[in-house]
Amino acid sequence: MNVSHPKPEADVAPPTSLYANRVRVYPKAVDGPVRRVKWLVLVLCLGVYYAVPWLRWNRGPDAPHQAVLLDLWNERFYFFNVELWPQDIWFLTGILVLSAVSLFLVTSLFGRLWCGYSCPQTVWTDLFMLVERKIEGDRNERIRRDRGPLTFDKAWRKIAKHAAWLFIAFWTGGAWVMYYTDAPTFVHDFWTGHASTSGYVFTLLLTATTYLLAGWAREQVCTYMCPWPRFQSAMLDENTFVVTYEAWRGEPRGHGKRLAAAATAAAPLGDCVDCNACVHVCPTGIDIRDGLQLECIGCGLCIDACNHVMAKTGSTPWLITWDTVARQTAKKSGVNPSLGLLRPRTLIYLAVLAIGSIAILTGLMLRSTIGLTVAHDRAPLYALLEDGGVRDGYTLGFVNKTPRAADFELSVVGLPGAKLILSEISPKPETTATVPMPADQLRTLRVLVQAQPDHLVAGRESFDFVLRNRETGAKTTYHALFMGPVSHDR
Amino acid sequence: MPTKIEKDVISGRDTTGHEWDGIRELNTPLPKWWVYVYLATIVWALGMFVLYPAIPLGTRATTGLLGFSSRAQAMAGFQEMNALHATQMQEIGRMSFADIEKNHDLMEVALTAGRITFANNCQPCHGPNGEGRIGYPALDTDVWRWGGSLDAIQQTITHGIRSADPDARNSQMPNFGGDKLLTPAQIEDVADYVMTLYGKAKTGVDTSAGEKLFGDNCAPCHGAKAEGNRDVGAPPLASRVHLYGDSRAAVVAQITHPRMGVMPNWNHRLSPATIKAVALYVHSLGGGE
Ligand code: SF4
Ligand code: SF4
Repeated sequence: MNVSHPKPEADVAPPTSLYANRVRVYPKAVDGPVRRVKWLVLVLCLGVYYAVPWLRWNRGPDAPHQAVLLDLWNERFYFFNVELWPQDIWFLTGILVLSAVSLFLVTSLFGRLWCGYSCPQTVWTDLFMLVERKIEGDRNERIRRDRGPLTFDKAWRKIAKHAAWLFIAFWTGGAWVMYYTDAPTFVHDFWTGHASTSGYVFTLLLTATTYLLAGWAREQVCTYMCPWPRFQSAMLDENTFVVTYEAWRGEPRGHGKRLAAAATAAAPLGDCVDCNACVHVCPTGIDIRDGLQLECIGCGLCIDACNHVMAKTGSTPWLITWDTVARQTAKKSGVNPSLGLLRPRTLIYLAVLAIGSIAILTGLMLRSTIGLTVAHDRAPLYALLEDGGVRDGYTLGFVNKTPRAADFELSVVGLPGAKLILSEISPKPETTATVPMPADQLRTLRVLVQAQPDHLVAGRESFDFVLRNRETGAKTTYHALFMGPVSHDR
Repeated sequence: MPTKIEKDVISGRDTTGHEWDGIRELNTPLPKWWVYVYLATIVWALGMFVLYPAIPLGTRATTGLLGFSSRAQAMAGFQEMNALHATQMQEIGRMSFADIEKNHDLMEVALTAGRITFANNCQPCHGPNGEGRIGYPALDTDVWRWGGSLDAIQQTITHGIRSADPDARNSQMPNFGGDKLLTPAQIEDVADYVMTLYGKAKTGVDTSAGEKLFGDNCAPCHGAKAEGNRDVGAPPLASRVHLYGDSRAAVVAQITHPRMGVMPNWNHRLSPATIKAVALYVHSLGGGE
């Protein structure tokens, strides 16, 4: 690595200014395999993002017909045929944890792939830059026009650019809201002025943030706002593939009298012709030849740029490439070591990822569609009846997670002769009660259990409430206590 | 204190002069936009300061240009709720029990109003959930002295029992001991018999004398089979539930010097609609007929 080593000049250097002006970055267009993969990922990500709210999914008459819907108002999340209730929120937490571990794994293997390819900030910034390039031209033209006076040509291009940006930003903000409400209805209501205030506010808010972050802030987000670059270094080690400049064969860089210089065998030049192509295409405006830096999002565009130059100069391509620090150090001395993909760090991430995925999948498969919760009345614990019977009061919560209304059957096991009274449904004591359950709902009922226990040792006896969905046969039990007077007392 | 500001060898930047364990911090200037955002937040804060209550003045605070007050907001909410509540209570007062029970929303309002009123007025005697205690009837069981239908409960709450109200439910148990209607020995015989009615009697006790005395003296009110008589508020004695206790001493005491509980008439204190709500609530406790 070539770094200048200025000597400390004095004990007190001239004060650095507290605030720095922004150095404007004018990334140059580039083509090549890396750029093409990046376009592909961009189309894929944006396509999924804009299209998903419009996917329909038939869940029957009582449920929404949107494939992916985060219905905050009714506390239901729908993902195709998975429907999540508030008590399933652990599942989303699990997905987030797994996403984080995946990010750790990918980062420890291949560096900042996420940042360079699929981070929303990168994807939208890339799209905005494409629009900018189409309207204002490539790097040199943009620089020239920005430095020049305000002409009609400059004005209309600027206006057109911002209009296009705002349009994309609006489209993006609107699409976000559609994940939380029915998309076709929202679009209709939006233009007829009937959408909710929060619908308008959030569309506006997300339009503004998209426009500001992708149009104006760009690399400033990665460098100053995003926390990820600051701790991703904890996931990197010398065996991580990162965008690397092969300094050992690039240096000493130089151009111009190359042939002449090369002739002097005493000071042969490296492969880098110091054309700065890699710097000009960099969306964060840095020089990869300075080594691994916080600002580098690992997008690899500099690789494409340099490969063109290498082809022109007839040198071996991939002077800028993906490689590990360990391999680069070895290559310097002419060895070509093996990859270090499997190392304790990646194996641990992989194991956590595998175990977590299995746990979440199992949990999702075994998720029951029927639920029962029981709370015994606190006071009185029981009521004594005229004929010596004992009656306990309970509050039962019934859950029907299926999209179909069904009759649930409630019975009591382990309490001989017990009768149930569901006064809100029918006040007659019965051995098996029927609870009509609406689709996809929760219902709370007070249930009285009446029995004549022969002996209540220590004033209590345990039994089970059994709940069964007559339609699907799904079943659940709840272990409960029946309280009464202590038997010898009676 | 900055010790030695110098240029960092690798980055070529100035250090801050601070050093921790040999590590020096680079003096990297903040981006200008950052400071503008910071200033903008100050402007925003000042705006809030002027528009909303901000400076505390002991018991009050400056009002702010928008005149916002969370108390006023809460009071407006209360008023809105009270207005809604008033119309709903009016409907409850107007409608029959059967109609209220058919209307889910009104029923919910009635049960809530009933629960709150019960807690404020009835709980001291009947217990938090109507479970009662010695001398104060349980309301969650199937034993009723004057009836457990909604109408009967409403009547009891409205006019009370042995209260000052002319329409109060009223009855008296003869003072068998104090007025010497029965001798102490006879009373003990009756008690022995009564205890057989609910399975508490000791075995091997001859209760024939008591049974005869019961037929002559108690059956007129409590019924030949001790099943009770709601017209006169005579409780069933062939029951596991006993208002004044089911021990022998308790039975003897009740025959000798009967206690007769008093319940106030609530019509001087609660509106007819509220009483209806309480009746619905009491009826829902588990013993409603
Ligand atoms: S240095 Fe290369 S990989 Fe890093 S951000 Fe710039 S162009 Fe992308
Ligand atoms: S593009 Fe390649 S040759 Fe040109 S300056 Fe960058 S590293 Fe050197």
